Amino acid sequence: MSAVIQVENLSKSYLIRHKKQAAAGDKRGPLAAIGQRIRHPFTANHSSEEVETFWALQDINFEISQGQRVGIIGSNGAGKSTLLKILSRITPPSTGKVTLHGRVSSLLEVGTGFHPELSGRENIFMNGAILGMSRGEITRKFDAIVDFSEVERFLDTPVKRYSSGMYVRLAFAVAAHLEPEILIVDEVLAVGDASFQKKCLGKMGEVSSEGRTVLFVSHNLNAIQQLCDSAIYLKQGQTVDYVTGNDELEGLISRYYAEQTSHGKSEWRAENKHHNNPWFSPVAMYAANKQGEVHQHAIRNDEEIWIHLEGDIDNVTQELSIGYVAFDEYGTAVYASKISDTQTGTWPDLKKGRNQLKCRIPPRFLNEGKYSFKLVANIVGGKNWLFKARETNVGIEINIQGGLSDSPHWIRKRLGVVAPVLEWQQAD
Amino acid sequence: MKNQTTIIEANKAISGYWTELNQYRDLLFFLAWRDFKIRYKQTAVGAAWAFIRPLFTMIVLTILFGKVAKLPTEGSAPYAIMVFAGLLPWYFFSSSLQDCSMSLVNKSAMVSKLYFPRILIPISPLFVNTIDFLIAGSIFTLLMLFYQYMPSHRIVFLPLFFILLALVVLGLGLWVSALNVKYRDFRFIVPFAIQLGLFVSPIGFSSSIIPEEWRLIYSINPLVGIVDGFRWCLLNENQSLYWPAIYSSILWPIVLLSTGVVFFRKAERQFADII
Repeated sequence: MSAVIQVENLSKSYLIRHKKQAAAGDKRGPLAAIGQRIRHPFTANHSSEEVETFWALQDINFEISQGQRVGIIGSNGAGKSTLLKILSRITPPSTGKVTLHGRVSSLLEVGTGFHPELSGRENIFMNGAILGMSRGEITRKFDAIVDFSEVERFLDTPVKRYSSGMYVRLAFAVAAHLEPEILIVDEVLAVGDASFQKKCLGKMGEVSSEGRTVLFVSHNLNAIQQLCDSAIYLKQGQTVDYVTGNDELEGLISRYYAEQTSHGKSEWRAENKHHNNPWFSPVAMYAANKQGEVHQHAIRNDEEIWIHLEGDIDNVTQELSIGYVAFDEYGTAVYASKISDTQTGTWPDLKKGRNQLKCRIPPRFLNEGKYSFKLVANIVGGKNWLFKARETNVGIEINIQGGLSDSPHWIRKRLGVVAPVLEWQQAD
Repeated sequence: MKNQTTIIEANKAISGYWTELNQYRDLLFFLAWRDFKIRYKQTAVGAAWAFIRPLFTMIVLTILFGKVAKLPTEGSAPYAIMVFAGLLPWYFFSSSLQDCSMSLVNKSAMVSKLYFPRILIPISPLFVNTIDFLIAGSIFTLLMLFYQYMPSHRIVFLPLFFILLALVVLGLGLWVSALNVKYRDFRFIVPFAIQLGLFVSPIGFSSSIIPEEWRLIYSINPLVGIVDGFRWCLLNENQSLYWPAIYSSILWPIVLLSTGVVFFRKAERQFADII
């Protein structure tokens, strides 16, 4: 297996201009700025602008071998699209080097090469040529493209009359049939329906089984998990990790989930009414000590942790099942806990208005490490989750350090998600 | 499987530019063909626009310069024919330059999301304008039939002057289209310059009316030699070519095109970031 893509020390910076905050007392407003511009048309207005270098990508290194299916994950603004743009040669890197072996075909946005006035047939030729196919090549693959895109009946209709689904299908079909050595696809699945997504994933899998390499960006992590055999995790323009193998991939995805939320804070407070619903609108979630003071720093393993959950309820129902799921830093669920876990009659009474719930985690339970606690809520017997632990951004993170045991033999972190101190004795 | 290796580095042009351009020659065809299909879509009279514009300009210029200002024509050729022979290259020049200058900006979505040699974008408008040129040329033929005017046998040299014309447009187009990406001022400069150009080039009148002592300076305008050349090819009169103007019309495309390509290649790497 030889490397088809080699990326060395790749960085990309953009200059962003800020308008300096108008100095106090400077209330001349935009008209004054225009006046300035007219009086001195050729002097750049440096006095009122600040230029900042923004690194969209910083020192990225990786190698991809032939036939690999690589998913690129990361939150918005992590640099995924910039990376794909550099690999597709649309924009140059600021530093570093990329070596590509073979033809690259990229689909960064659906139907960019399409002209709305041209028919489907004409656009297939047009788009194929843009991707670097010759006329003969397109003619040979024409039937396969039409077949895949399922638009035979509308081949001679201008694409401006196409539904968005037909549009994506056609665009994807052309790119996928180019038979490139490297296929780069950015978030196209978001547009199509489920059956199309399945078809796309199938096609990409097929492409790679022919020894071609696929690079795939999607926010749909299930799709990445299904399709890819390796993944690159980008965060603020830097590579967090690059893994190969299904288990490793799953681990990375879980870790990404875990890191997604609450920015490592042991306290979450609602900023907007986004989570509004009559059954339970979360207002705050935090980890506190026995006295109810929020834990600001790392928590010792032998300290008590109280998970507080505050929220507003309009429709009081005992069918509300609410709690949290604890994940370790790799995204593995450690346990889940809910208000209705004990026998009936011992559950906290829910009331209309503000509810302040808390749950005690006993000392010497969680091992050293970072954990995230995510809100989970549903109505028992109801169809929909109010909050799903893996998807919600309502959650907190805590860091457990030290206090593992009183034993002189147990002074550093041991293997395991939990670290209970259990008693031993002679059995007889 | 083709085994081509591409190395992308900062501040370094990708090697094999011209080989790659050759690989994409079919795209040039499709871009030109697409321009042609789109050009007169959803217009009531369609391709008729290709001769309506020069025809009416010819009528206006003939009345203004020929009848009102009473400027002399070329030899004994009807004034309308003399004007139209100048309008043929002028319309090609003005509409191609206009199209070229806006070409990159109008295709900003393609530039920022797709990769292909960018230089094809400002080249492709030349083709659709060539077709317009041919349509206008057929009107010229009708006009000559109407006046029962026989063109000169020198018409065989017309393609040479047309090539010079196309190269001038392309050279200018490369500069202006690339500059337009960063400085949208060119959106205003180009139409304005074209408007002025109609009057400073010998379109509505013959360049022979320019006083002898000014003729050399007048020839700095590359269109002077080209328009003269068109009239020399098409009008069956005893006119002779003014060679300094022809030299200028040969020199300009060489300079514009070579510097234009260099400038364009330097600028194109940043297009996606600033467009």
